[in-house]
Amino acid sequence: MYRLGIDVGGTNTDAVIIRDREVLAGVKAATTEDVTSGVLEALEQVLDKAGVDRAKISNVMIGTTHFTNAVIERRHISPVAAIRLGLPATACLPPMVDWPDDLRKATGDLGYMVTGGYEFDGRPIAALDEDELDRIADDIREKKVKAAAITSVFSPINRDMEVAACERLQRKIPDLSVVLSSDIGRIGLLERESAAIMNASLLALSEHTVDAFARALKTTGLQCPFYITQNDGTLMDAETVKRFPVLTFASGPTNSMRGAAFLTGIKNGVVVDIGGTTTDVGALQQGFPRQAATVVDIGGVRTNFRMPDVFSVGLGGGSLVQQNRDGMVKVGPQSVGYRIAQEALVFGGATLTATDIAVALGDAEVGDVAKAERIDRAVAEAARAEMTRMLEAAVERSRISPEPVPVIAVGGGSILMPSKLGELEVLRPDHFSVANAVGAAIAQISGEIDRIYALDNGLSREECLRQAQEEATRNAVRAGANIDTIEVIEREDVPLAYLPGNATRIHVKVVGEMGGVNAH
Amino acid sequence: MLTRPERCWTLTEDDILALEIGAAILGTGGGGNPYIGKLRARQALRDGHKLRVVSLQALPDDAKVVSLGGIGAPLVSFERIKEGREGLRCVRALEERLGFKADAIACEEIGGQNAMEPLIVASLAGIPVVDCDGMGRAFPEMQMSTYSIYGHRSTPSVMCDPHGNVVIFDHAISEKWHERMARACVIAQGGASTLASAPMSGAFLKRFAVPNSYTRAVALGRAVMEARRNHADPIAAICEMEQGKLIHTGKIVDLKRHLRGGFVTGEAIIEGFDAYQGETGSVLIQNENLVFKRDGQVEVVVPDLIIILDIDGGEAITTEMLRYGQRVAVLAVPCHPLLRTSEALEVIGPRGFGFDDIVYRPFGADVVRNQRAGDE
Repeated sequence: MYRLGIDVGGTNTDAVIIRDREVLAGVKAATTEDVTSGVLEALEQVLDKAGVDRAKISNVMIGTTHFTNAVIERRHISPVAAIRLGLPATACLPPMVDWPDDLRKATGDLGYMVTGGYEFDGRPIAALDEDELDRIADDIREKKVKAAAITSVFSPINRDMEVAACERLQRKIPDLSVVLSSDIGRIGLLERESAAIMNASLLALSEHTVDAFARALKTTGLQCPFYITQNDGTLMDAETVKRFPVLTFASGPTNSMRGAAFLTGIKNGVVVDIGGTTTDVGALQQGFPRQAATVVDIGGVRTNFRMPDVFSVGLGGGSLVQQNRDGMVKVGPQSVGYRIAQEALVFGGATLTATDIAVALGDAEVGDVAKAERIDRAVAEAARAEMTRMLEAAVERSRISPEPVPVIAVGGGSILMPSKLGELEVLRPDHFSVANAVGAAIAQISGEIDRIYALDNGLSREECLRQAQEEATRNAVRAGANIDTIEVIEREDVPLAYLPGNATRIHVKVVGEMGGVNAH
Repeated sequence: MLTRPERCWTLTEDDILALEIGAAILGTGGGGNPYIGKLRARQALRDGHKLRVVSLQALPDDAKVVSLGGIGAPLVSFERIKEGREGLRCVRALEERLGFKADAIACEEIGGQNAMEPLIVASLAGIPVVDCDGMGRAFPEMQMSTYSIYGHRSTPSVMCDPHGNVVIFDHAISEKWHERMARACVIAQGGASTLASAPMSGAFLKRFAVPNSYTRAVALGRAVMEARRNHADPIAAICEMEQGKLIHTGKIVDLKRHLRGGFVTGEAIIEGFDAYQGETGSVLIQNENLVFKRDGQVEVVVPDLIIILDIDGGEAITTEMLRYGQRVAVLAVPCHPLLRTSEALEVIGPRGFGFDDIVYRPFGADVVRNQRAGDE
């Protein structure tokens, strides 16, 4: 059987077909505004090129940086009413307090604080102020805001007030989309609240995007199940993505790093994935992306998702090159994105992009080279120096030892990458430009268990952990994982301080290869 | 006035960033993450308040200094964030109760969240914070400060919560009783409160406070920031700043945690790699990292500092952030001499934490001796 991996980036949609360890075909198509036609194009091309019968495709795995890019670029983000239940506590730091100004503005800068929330032991901090919620509902309606994120203090322990507040708001605004923070994250109010707000700001986009994927597959005549990769490199189903687009954050980097390791066989190095809009840089350790130890920054916002430690720079093939009044040349972070094929100079457009610079200096041959010759030489040199500086800084930041590790350049924009970066060698494997799609195609299936166990009932800690691991494994196998490849990637037991009954929260996550295909 | 420019230095936003890093490292796994405090300190700065630090030398002997800090579970303080003026209410209530005016605020523990609270409260009150603390690190209980160990009676004290409740502890017959009663009250107040203790004199602090705490934590944070900027090893930079030593590197392969008397206690098992391949390290924890063992043999013991860092970025990992599979470095740093006297070890040595079978042997004693010889 064959697996089909697709990566929908800001600029290009890539697709590969893989059998066991062999990449049969890889193609690139332009990402389109409607998403569907770009995905369709990539699917048709790759099926054609591999010459594989559609009925033999057993699974389609889609990786998308759509939602991360939306946050980084502050585009397609809907305004959100950020409602926190917790007063009089928490008053000193309002919602979005540590957000960059432009992102706060993009989400409407609508923070509300209401009395309510819980103490650690389940007592209410204060009664939920329902009249205030009604006033907020009026305000939301007046401002025509369509989504809300509700965060109550200690909702991971008791979510009743979040649910009650949601019902109260929807009674006044029935079509309001509401995200509850207890569905998104762990204890840590600001991080969970930020994730919930970002998730709410992406709901309209995710609904639209997932439907577009489904339509494209159907049109191509693929009957097999499709999955979308989440930030830890494992897969989730389409309905989950519609409700929780934030879970795809940083899935692109995970896929490209796993793909780069798969294609080169290199287990330790730095992977630089240059797309049309951004460059993602991360370290490979033993073939897997290095995980961030603590919190992860997304578009300037601190979150507590578990994801690879990847550093994003606003530099890609479609990045705008601009010279300001005092002669300084700036590259990015704005990008023409998927419109590069129309807007870049070498493609007959009127916008000076990073790709034009690479062509002008003879680093790449795409489009109409003559059009790039008109670019001022000094501006081009300054832009290239700026790009090299940005790439060097990003690689240095990801480097984990002074040893000269290999740098693996992948992604369609890797024409911007010099052949050496300081003292470091740069490698470009076969299929380098579709590494993300390869990474998606080899994504694993996970199984998870997150439950509170009472250790008093004669159960030992070891017994509980064993039970949890068995159940997580069953979940993974049920979802399609091969039992022989199951590996524990998270195992955590945290006693809940001050609570009676020696309650312990146990969280176990296992991963396995899909249907017996071994990726390593 | 203690806030005269020649007597104190004023923190910038950059200093606060450095303090966040330095305080997290000195937390030795406890004390909580100073992130929330950093945001509040920054907010205070942006609101036009000044964050001022006065040195112990510039403090008059008769100055009245209130020590203050958060008390409770760090986990609660990340979730149920403060209302914001709890600390100021504590100071005002204490002043009213005792009929005095505080000249400055002192820090209970420079490790973790409690590095920020005194700074924020002092700035709101318009007075400086003293460049000292009572631990030179973090400890789980109030009586474990040099202030208490060397004879300061911390009651009357005041404890406030976000609701506006104000509790005055008029008199505790011992520091341990104070701790016990405060802990009970914290639970009633929701698991995280702010507490201000009876004022100390400048003369007392000069003798019994761990000196230069803010200078030290900010410099430590700056060294880490500088190392990261230059792609140098931040862990080596920390060792150099603190006369510490890297004692183990490895991967966490098991974490055992359980509750004992309201505290989370446990053990992290770290399977060695690189230079420590084949050696198994373990760290016993009770809020803070207390004992380091190698293949079952005790090597470093509280009150010396045992610091667990993310091996790549050198970021401090608190005990509640420890996770299966993390790659970590373990550092040992000698504690301040004030923590090594026999009266101090009674309270904060291994016996103070219930490790009756472990004998305290000073870590890096030769290092400290050399450094002090150099000072003279």
